[in-house]
Amino acid sequence: MTSQVSSPAEQADEASEALVGGQRAPQSATAGNGEKEIRRLDRVIIRFAGDSGDGMQLTGDRFTSETASFGNDLSTLPNFPAEIRAPAGTLPGVSSFQLHFADHDILTPGDAPNVLVAMNPAALKANIADVPRGADIIVNTDEFTKRPMAKVGYETSPLEDGSLEAYQVHPVPLTTLTIEALKEFGLSRKEAERSKNMFALGLLSWMYHRPTENTEKFLRAKFAKKPQIAEANVAAFRAGWNFGETTEDFAVSYEVAPATHAFPTGTYRNISGNLALSYGLIAAGRQADLPLYLGSYPITPASDILHELSRHKNFGVRTFQAEDEIAGIGAALGAAFGGSLAVTTTSGPGVALKSETIGLAVSLELPLLIIDIQRGGPSTGLPTKTEQADLLQAMYGRNGEAPVPIVAPKTPADCFDAALDAARIALTYRTPVFLLSDGYLANGSEPWRIPEVDELPDLRVQFTQGPNHELADGTEVFWPYKRDPQTLARPWAVPGTPGLEHRIGGIEKQDGTGNISYDPANHDFMVRTRQAKVDGIEVPDLEADDPAGAKTLVLGWGSTYGPITAAVRRLRAAGQPIAQAHLRHLNPFPRNLGEVLKRYDKVVVPEMNLGQLAMLIRAKYLVDAHSYTQVNGMPFKAEQLATALQEAIDG
Amino acid sequence: MAETNELLQLVPKAEAKQSMKDFKSDQEVRWCPGCGDYAVLAAVQGFMPDLGLAKENIVFVSGIGCSSRFPYYMNTYGMHSIHGRAPAIATGLASSRRDLSVWVVTGDGDALSIGGNHLIHALRRNVNLKILLFNNRIYGLTKGQYSPTSEVGKITKSTPMGSLDAPFNPVSLAIGAEASFVARTVDSDRKHLTSVLRAAADHPGTALVEIYQNCNIFNDGAFEVMKDKDRAQEAVIRLEHGRPILFGTDDSKGVVRDSLTGDLQVVAVTEENRSQILVHDAHAPSPTTAFALSRLADPDTLHHTPIGVLRDVERPVYDTLMADQLDTAVEQQGKGDLGALLAGNDNWTVAG
Repeated sequence: MTSQVSSPAEQADEASEALVGGQRAPQSATAGNGEKEIRRLDRVIIRFAGDSGDGMQLTGDRFTSETASFGNDLSTLPNFPAEIRAPAGTLPGVSSFQLHFADHDILTPGDAPNVLVAMNPAALKANIADVPRGADIIVNTDEFTKRPMAKVGYETSPLEDGSLEAYQVHPVPLTTLTIEALKEFGLSRKEAERSKNMFALGLLSWMYHRPTENTEKFLRAKFAKKPQIAEANVAAFRAGWNFGETTEDFAVSYEVAPATHAFPTGTYRNISGNLALSYGLIAAGRQADLPLYLGSYPITPASDILHELSRHKNFGVRTFQAEDEIAGIGAALGAAFGGSLAVTTTSGPGVALKSETIGLAVSLELPLLIIDIQRGGPSTGLPTKTEQADLLQAMYGRNGEAPVPIVAPKTPADCFDAALDAARIALTYRTPVFLLSDGYLANGSEPWRIPEVDELPDLRVQFTQGPNHELADGTEVFWPYKRDPQTLARPWAVPGTPGLEHRIGGIEKQDGTGNISYDPANHDFMVRTRQAKVDGIEVPDLEADDPAGAKTLVLGWGSTYGPITAAVRRLRAAGQPIAQAHLRHLNPFPRNLGEVLKRYDKVVVPEMNLGQLAMLIRAKYLVDAHSYTQVNGMPFKAEQLATALQEAIDG
Repeated sequence: MAETNELLQLVPKAEAKQSMKDFKSDQEVRWCPGCGDYAVLAAVQGFMPDLGLAKENIVFVSGIGCSSRFPYYMNTYGMHSIHGRAPAIATGLASSRRDLSVWVVTGDGDALSIGGNHLIHALRRNVNLKILLFNNRIYGLTKGQYSPTSEVGKITKSTPMGSLDAPFNPVSLAIGAEASFVARTVDSDRKHLTSVLRAAADHPGTALVEIYQNCNIFNDGAFEVMKDKDRAQEAVIRLEHGRPILFGTDDSKGVVRDSLTGDLQVVAVTEENRSQILVHDAHAPSPTTAFALSRLADPDTLHHTPIGVLRDVERPVYDTLMADQLDTAVEQQGKGDLGALLAGNDNWTVAG
């Protein structure tokens, strides 16, 4: 997912997706002479599916790494249950990982898989509805016995009753083959069986000509303390590869060339949203020359940021796992008072608990980053699924008039830049800032052009060192609420600075002095000033991508960028003009947003909520924004969005 | 960049001799006339100069309640935060700034009701905080509801037929929460209050000081039994490290260990049992005896209430451990290299 909306290399690559399954071979199909046939494909969508204990996420991650280092563009969608180990072999226990990779620039993890790897009957049953006819299905036949099938309601074997006739089914006894391959290792049956995901990975790696060295290196490093297990996994991986090469059932293998034209010059790596966000925070601390302090409480899907930052203490990063969400943000706010770049990470339920402290931060006017990795709600909701339904909570979820800026990344890699941008706003304007990511961005991954460190923005701030105000009698004093006339930011004077001792708190303060004040006119002034400060934050103008002078604009925010852009490409490829714009800043909105909206007859706002941005747009700009929404815990599919957009244009 | 780093490494020593006046802010003190908080404020302002710390390196953090207005009256850095959260906020400050002396001012409602969770976790972590818990056994700022330390049956506006909940003993709670320093004192005894505050200031790690404080509006005389000279004889057990635990008129009473149960009990001192009187050991590694001492107090009559330092032991301080891990990480991995971190081990280059 590397291109911009306006990229000249724009392609309608996904235009025919999912109408027909199977693997398209638009380019030359080269048959070998006696050798196995190799077909060239422009893109493939693979879904690995199995039981929670089958290691599908690891398998997907490894295939992704191989694919990234091969140079394809890619986008991933991990999808797993909230239970750590739901009962084995049941539908709720199915975990899957979808990967879309191509020889060109792509935007989404794909609507429908061309290949489904089903490790058991539950995985087949849970995923078959998404698989288009003609697609390849690789099944582990060892699991298709009476009990596992009965557990998910298969009365007859779907492998034998003709129900899979429309698909290219490849029955493979994965478990048996793995155990056979590892019989030299002296492992128990159970131990050996565990490597069957690596057998499957080996088979798929052969099918798609993936480089394998890094996976072998990875396995040896992962099991460094158990060399026997490491070698067993490598052996299973190789056995899977060799199985593909020798067995007749797999007559064809596929090549997807590196996406050389999709990527600008540079060095790349594959990165997930939560990792990019963690790196963005570390980079922000360095660019601000402030120690990074994270106060956090474990919560899905944000915990990975706590884990990642905890690994980088050699950057001076302090991570504090608090007793609860409130203490997490409390400690961060305390560290901010002391002069740290302070962060708290959480998801929607945690934001609810932190609300009062966010209000205090608004009143104290201290820099603080609140990272909300949104998930399905309300309440516990869908912890491992994605949603964008915390926008209004971030915008308004506090008592009193308590404006907080909001920044939203649009792709996994963009989480890096969004973190730096959020830090810029927090530090410049001395305010808490929301960063709204979500489960899809957090766990999804894509290639990222690694920035040069000297390209990163300068975020340095000056702590106040001396008095900033002269009283009528000529006395020099420090006024903690005397503002910068440009930014309206108040001075940041940290404890330890002689002569600037001052007290701040949540009670309304007198303008300038910061002393407690219950004066009505002062309160009115302070409320309006805090609002004006946030309203005045500098954010770039919104750019609409509109090559053909369209009458309809599709406006999105956050993680819907990929699916919306893919849908827009489809419409344009079919000759339908449509304009697209995507918001990074939700508060304040870009200054020109109203003007952009008014250029179009129709404005469509797709969101993974019930229309929260649409409501803000309607309220602020009196624009008849049309809301298109989905709250099923999954990202939009490009095909479905394209249809919805076409209907909006026609309707 | 160097400037900001220097700021974070200031050494907390006062350059010139300080006086009580240096610690008074320009703000008018707005507690009710006669409130016990005045006495505590005066004691704190009075003993601060003795610490010899640069006042710019001292921070008072409070929650919500009458006592939580305290930071406004101290000419140090200060934060008046939100209800119950002061220990959490102070934890972030103390663990990121070891050059600061961080004090938390809280009350029985703030620390033990809405903020109970933060209090116990600060204690178990042993963050370098000095927590002053003003206990008046009532909610003052909200005008007189019962608190988590009110005696059972307390008649208040929210409990017209008497409160139903059993109270916390804050000292017992703190000892149970692994506190390394726990003391109790009384607002009206300036000398005792000051000596306990000084001991707390000297303690590395979390120090909890419960201060019995009179609310003369909503719970007047709650501690009168401990202040009235005659009645105090029966009520107050003054603990001093290394001294036998004796109290009452002419030290006629003492504390002994029951040989059958191991529990403590109050006895009339005789020639026969004098040798068995418990000698107070605030530094005992086991918290068992300190806890048993805290249980001698009768929550209704306040008879046999120990004051002084019940427990004062050294154990690793959270902030130090955290800083040590940062140093160790640099030793083991070298100082963080952002370019190398971003590049990772698994990247590829696209040529133009």
